[in-house]
Amino acid sequence: MAGDVVTMAHGGGGTRMQDLLRDMIFPALGGQTLDAAEDAAILELPPGTLAFTTDSFVVKPLFFSGGDIGKLAVCGTVNDLAMVGARPLYLTLGLILEEGLPLDDLERVLASVAGAARDASVKVVAGDTKVVERGKADGVYINTAGVGVIPAGVEVSITRVTPGDALLINGYIGDHGIAVLKDRGDFAFDVALDSDCAPLAGLVSDMLGAGRVHALRDPTRGGLAAALKEMSSCSAVSLEVDEPAVPLREEVRAICEVLGLDPLYVANEGKLLAAVAPEDAAAVLEAMKAHLLGRNAAVIGAAGAGKPGRVSLTGEMGSSRLLRMPSGEQLPRIC
Amino acid sequence: MCLAIPAIVIELDEPNLAVIEIGGVRKQVSLMLVDDVVVGDYVLVHAGFAIDKVDEAEAQKTMDLLQELARLEQEAGFDEIH
Amino acid sequence: MRYIDEFRVPAAARELLREIDALDAHGTFMEVCGTHTMAISRAGLRPLLAPGIDLISGPGCPVCVTADADIDRAIAVARKPGVILTTFGDMMKVPGTEDSLASASASGARVRVVYSPLESLAIAAEEPGSQVVFLGVGFETTAPAVAGTMLEARRQGIDNLRVLSFHKLVPPALRALVGLDDFDVDGFILPGHVSVIIGSDAYAFLPVEFSMPCVVTGFEVTDILQAILRLLKMGASEASLEVEYARAVRPEGNPRALEVMSQVFESCDAQWRGLFTIPGSGLAIREEFAAMDAGTWEVELPEPTRSKGCRCGEILCGRIKPMDCPFFGGRCTPDNPVGPCMVSSEGTCASYYLYSESDGPDERGEGADIGR
Repeated sequence: MAGDVVTMAHGGGGTRMQDLLRDMIFPALGGQTLDAAEDAAILELPPGTLAFTTDSFVVKPLFFSGGDIGKLAVCGTVNDLAMVGARPLYLTLGLILEEGLPLDDLERVLASVAGAARDASVKVVAGDTKVVERGKADGVYINTAGVGVIPAGVEVSITRVTPGDALLINGYIGDHGIAVLKDRGDFAFDVALDSDCAPLAGLVSDMLGAGRVHALRDPTRGGLAAALKEMSSCSAVSLEVDEPAVPLREEVRAICEVLGLDPLYVANEGKLLAAVAPEDAAAVLEAMKAHLLGRNAAVIGAAGAGKPGRVSLTGEMGSSRLLRMPSGEQLPRIC
Repeated sequence: MCLAIPAIVIELDEPNLAVIEIGGVRKQVSLMLVDDVVVGDYVLVHAGFAIDKVDEAEAQKTMDLLQELARLEQEAGFDEIH
Repeated sequence: MRYIDEFRVPAAARELLREIDALDAHGTFMEVCGTHTMAISRAGLRPLLAPGIDLISGPGCPVCVTADADIDRAIAVARKPGVILTTFGDMMKVPGTEDSLASASASGARVRVVYSPLESLAIAAEEPGSQVVFLGVGFETTAPAVAGTMLEARRQGIDNLRVLSFHKLVPPALRALVGLDDFDVDGFILPGHVSVIIGSDAYAFLPVEFSMPCVVTGFEVTDILQAILRLLKMGASEASLEVEYARAVRPEGNPRALEVMSQVFESCDAQWRGLFTIPGSGLAIREEFAAMDAGTWEVELPEPTRSKGCRCGEILCGRIKPMDCPFFGGRCTPDNPVGPCMVSSEGTCASYYLYSESDGPDERGEGADIGR
């Protein structure tokens, strides 16, 4: 199908759409429970509490170093489930395609959805495809829903951070935002850097097995700064972060210096911020470091009994400053 | 009022352009505002332009001073402990 | 990162703080440059200094001092059919009289954020049917880059690049400031990167005519602390001009950059937001480049209004601190700035707000942004 593109007929419900489903979507997501015959997926759920989330994905460019919109959609949804301690089980996949999208691109996105779903041990069980006129979308938009089950005894909540809890992160921050910025090409820089886009449910499972994890949050848009502020507000605790302890790649630090960005506000797609009971921090850190997605994990601070919503950063000089909620998108600056 | 970052010139391109590198990041900048740049020079980069060369001898003087200050601080800390 | 990390030596900074303490001196110093204000706030330097030492912030953020009328003009130009306005990210959220570039962009104006003015040139080449207008703001550090871009457009025969020149010059502004009756500071911490271009000699009048101690310094904490130490040791009686940032600044500056700048621009009077009109403190596009000047376009501008109660003018002159303004952190925040000092992240108020050392009246207990 090289050279072919998505046309309005692909979304029309007729034969072209059947062809697309039969020739591309089902084979790509083959082995999943996706079943064309029924109008809804019929699922068995293991015992536990149901976790249910939805998310929409728009990214420019569609393909970036270390991932693409398909992988992003699966990881983003799986990670939202993992952040409440759920084992992700099923996803839906809603595709909004722009007329003129090369079918090869669609095939790549679908392959990457399938690969990410396999890695995350989830099944894509229902889907939908619509086509919009050229110029009305950026290639592909994806909407997902995700279902998972929280096993009995697991209690992870953004409201459960307790003064004294250790704050842990599973590795370098800012990789995703910078990798996408680079591939968008707007500010013409080059660096060997991949997005950190990854499904975190396996890592979370190992962490839960190692000690009492009170709260988890994935620092996506708004970066680590937004995650810290949300955790602090929702749990009504203060947080104290040791800024030099936050893992940061040289490359990300360098481009942030050049463009005048603050890496604490740059997006991640494979990171989690965890609040862990202090006695268990060492064990959880060890479990994280043993996992591929946590090799560079670090303790970056602790929760305190100060004013709720207050996040302070202590710098190298030992002086501290308050962290603010990000206000909108960060733009490169000259000043 | 103005961010400018020191970066090493790793390649000269025509006309009057250079590729600089900092911390593994590469970027093309204009050399229009500086004379006699050669590969290996450090330049200050602002808004896509090299605005001047870093005077490495002067930089070394300040770096030596900072090392000396750090040494003094450590000695003072040592005195306080004992 | 070479020539950055070697200057970030916490032990040296602690030693400098100790030496400053040991002098047992006091003084009020103005850091003229907004990037210095940012560095000081980010490092949390103010509370570490001895109580007698006060750092106040000057008018050194080019974004903040761009007049409302100039922002209005940029917005009006951006709204013209067939125009693409390119701007540094800093300018997007700056409010004019009624709108900002961000809101103009949301309502259909074509506005593109660039890191370098050279990117405007590439956009102009890709969009021959559009007029690409670069919004030129900045001090002497930035103006040569804009001038260079204009020369390059001419060389490449790209004839759809235009520039709005709202550039500002630092020495005339300092002369105006020190000439104010109630201006009361004991020394200037002078901008490092403006000085790369204009050279330290450009400030020679400050110690000579006004007995004002001055140190040109870099942007690392150790640079700023060395400047403070030198200013304290100097004192008004032996006011002089010293250069701590010798790794980047020469007495004569960068003659090549100055030449490029003066090929394209000539000085003119300019309105500084929050302050007043300062003679010879702006840069106008020379007659020879008039065809590239978007400043002469006919546009409709809103009636200027002035926000009552905003005290940015006094903050820019160093008379009061941000916390002394009744709007600070309440009506005036980075999300919703009232005055110029809050509009750029390096504005005095914004940097106090973003990196404040105490909760102050502004600490919002934000609720969580559920989901993503």
